[in-house]
Amino acid sequence: MGFKKSSQQVSTPRRRFVQGLIAGGVLAAFPSVLHAASSLVAGTITGTVPELSGEVIDLVIDESPVNFTGVIRMATTINGSIPAPTLRLKEGDDVTIRVTNKLSVPSSIHWHGIILPYQMDGVPGISFKGIMPGETFIYKFKLQQSGTYWYHSHSGFQEMTGMYGALIIEPRENDIISADNEHVIQLSDWTDDDPMALFRKLKVQSDVFNFNQPTVPEFFDDVSSSSISNALQRRKMWNQMRMNPTDLADLSASAMTFLMNGSTPMANWRGLFKVGEKLRLRFINGSSNSFFDVRIPELKLTVVQADGQNVEPVTVDEFRFGPGETYDVIVEPKNDAYTIFAQSMDRSGYAKGTLSTAPNIDAPIPALDPVEWLTMTDMMGNMTHGGEHSAMAGMSGMNSKKMDHSAMGHGAMAMDHSKHGMSENPLAVASSKVRHAKTEYGASVDMRVDMPRTNLDDPGIGLRKNGRRVLTLADLHSLEGITNQQEPEAEIELHLTGNMERYSWSFDGLEFGKSTPVHMKHNQRLRVILQNDTMMTHPMHLHGMWSDLENEQGDVQVRRHTIPVQPAQRISFLTTPHDVGRWAWHCHLLFHMDAGMFREVVVS
Amino acid sequence: MKQLKLSKSLGLLMLTGASLISFPLLAQSEMAQKSSAKMQPQGGDAPKDARDPHAYSAGTTLTEGPYVLEGNERLTLADEHPFYALLGDRLEYNEQANAGVFDLQAWYGTTFDRLVVKTEGDFSEGSLEENQTDILWGHAVSAYWDTQAGVRLDYNKEGENRQWLAFGLQGLAPYWFELDMTAYVGERGSTAFTLEAEYELLLTQKLIIQPRAEITLYGKNDKQNELGSGLSSSAIGFRVRYEFTRQFAPYIGVEWSNKFGSTADYATSSGQSSNNTAFVAGIKFWF
Repeated sequence: MGFKKSSQQVSTPRRRFVQGLIAGGVLAAFPSVLHAASSLVAGTITGTVPELSGEVIDLVIDESPVNFTGVIRMATTINGSIPAPTLRLKEGDDVTIRVTNKLSVPSSIHWHGIILPYQMDGVPGISFKGIMPGETFIYKFKLQQSGTYWYHSHSGFQEMTGMYGALIIEPRENDIISADNEHVIQLSDWTDDDPMALFRKLKVQSDVFNFNQPTVPEFFDDVSSSSISNALQRRKMWNQMRMNPTDLADLSASAMTFLMNGSTPMANWRGLFKVGEKLRLRFINGSSNSFFDVRIPELKLTVVQADGQNVEPVTVDEFRFGPGETYDVIVEPKNDAYTIFAQSMDRSGYAKGTLSTAPNIDAPIPALDPVEWLTMTDMMGNMTHGGEHSAMAGMSGMNSKKMDHSAMGHGAMAMDHSKHGMSENPLAVASSKVRHAKTEYGASVDMRVDMPRTNLDDPGIGLRKNGRRVLTLADLHSLEGITNQQEPEAEIELHLTGNMERYSWSFDGLEFGKSTPVHMKHNQRLRVILQNDTMMTHPMHLHGMWSDLENEQGDVQVRRHTIPVQPAQRISFLTTPHDVGRWAWHCHLLFHMDAGMFREVVVS
Repeated sequence: MKQLKLSKSLGLLMLTGASLISFPLLAQSEMAQKSSAKMQPQGGDAPKDARDPHAYSAGTTLTEGPYVLEGNERLTLADEHPFYALLGDRLEYNEQANAGVFDLQAWYGTTFDRLVVKTEGDFSEGSLEENQTDILWGHAVSAYWDTQAGVRLDYNKEGENRQWLAFGLQGLAPYWFELDMTAYVGERGSTAFTLEAEYELLLTQKLIIQPRAEITLYGKNDKQNELGSGLSSSAIGFRVRYEFTRQFAPYIGVEWSNKFGSTADYATSSGQSSNNTAFVAGIKFWF
């Protein structure tokens, strides 16, 4: 019996959780390490960064010193700021972006979510060779879309050490989203360590940064508040499968400092407003490895855009987003000050900033929410009906009757909807038959889900029934943009896989180096099914084309470039590969990507 | 584990071989037995109709096919990079006895194939008494298990040095038992088997109890090294450590060691005790 793993206790403050310095990354003179050619005079600019616009933009990649935690470190920056300058461009423009690499290693910039020729996509080893030290690469492409996007390095772990910035494309016509003022709010995570050193630590001990592991006292708390058999039952499945129910993030605040617009919580980034103003907040998750749960206590958030695409406005209290995703929200502040609170998914820390009418007014900072255990729904998907509570009965509760029942319900649902589609097309709805790859039965995969959940209305672990209205994928409906309502002509199924103990991540059990590309026929409408056979949420980013997310009834719902797939979830999206070439497709948790959850896509 | 009846006539190698195989199979089949053939969330064999993971490639590879980058400079990620670790499980020193033990493991390699070196030994009064070093190729065979094959080199200050071929399994059994078991074939038909098991109980995120057990069996008497055939020795103990960091933790603990059969006889005849209780203190670390 395992006493090792347990509980939902309120988390104590994480050791080494770094609140950061008030001065943020702004350094006083630091001339000795500055390159003469650098545009900087002193240190790295953080906070609200400069904006660049026009059809010709010059960017310089260089190292510059930062001090987020009391320790001076070299960051890799674009034009000497963290975040990088906000690019404010215009839909329809032909832009020329000259990027000069002053690092001693190759670099690159990827325009995240932008439709462009593959040679301009900026993925070294796939779309181009990268930008060699001392070289200038000229990106040229036509902006065929509008909205909030971002850009970042696609080389090594450079993104994690400071290379990310906002990319805003103003619509050619009037913006249907009206606001009196706006702020870009870019979230990220910073480490004082060498990212590769952190990665290696995870290879040696994958739970090395998890300080919310189940303990023996929690087991006895469970015994006294419930019964010994319940306490054992609650742990049984986890212990049998050697899985950790608090495995919510690989890198916690014990390794990372969370930033809002390049500012630590202590530095407290501030956006000003006038009472009565309607504010547009462009939230970008530019972090390397962190999901954030964002809310502004006492303020409703009306989500109007997701991944740069306008959506039917939906008003919520909170949203979760992973690396790569963006949400634009409208707020109408009435008070003098509000805290923008973005707690990390594992509840080990937070990024924060302030919206206020004057520079000296602050609002209270909420407490971190308690750490919740992953549930059987997260582990096994759709095997039980009542969600987490009935699931606690564990494996022994899953008698064959119950499984048959849920299997039937599932199948029947799919059939109904194919009728609803009034089509003979067998591809009218996504196939619900789970097909694991041969390579999912080896050492690279620690679990497979046979009865995945397909519903989109789950806010995810830690946000369920928290008393707040939390955005889910089911709430998102594109306003325009999904003009292509064709039914798919082909369907592919890929599984998101991993082995936490070995810290290996992959598609179909094959890490990138062992994989072959996914071929897509040029302009052929295709359905992609992604099934998550792991216990972590993966923000899946497909370069070069849109991912039009379908709901479980097969209705196309929302156009995304990055889709978060929850544990044991099976989602599907349609895509039309309108641009030939080789493209990257990966989990946007940088460490998962680098561990191998990455596929190349060939469109021809 | 019925095979683990200690009968010398059975031939120890067969025994160890059988237990070597049955242990991971037990681990593997556990989930399978509890669920139907279809519902197996871990391990198992791929069904015949399992999907081909290359089915969507249309003949393209990372270096061949349309739009492939010239110069063959394809992307490589960390899955193709080697990593390394040095893990010090036990480093103990007893000032009064002026003696100590060390138990280190190091690896270098990729996720699935690694060079593994394990070394364990006793020293006293500044010199090495005994040392056992295993140099192994570790290969991942399932989600939680690695096979290990290589050689073991023994150093005995007061006895004879020995060399062995080693075949082992190391991994994580259900309920988080860390197991490390190895069968050895030595010179002149000698055989040996060792099994180590560890477990962790978290009192807090930093204060951890680690029970540990180790048994050693030999197939033949080894007079020079005072080792008898059959179950030779065991050590059972627990250590309480405080993790100042996840990579550095001092500990204290207690360990009961026993010698059995002829090994016990050798010990008593040379005036040593066959049972020993020791309080230990040391550090556990990795980097």
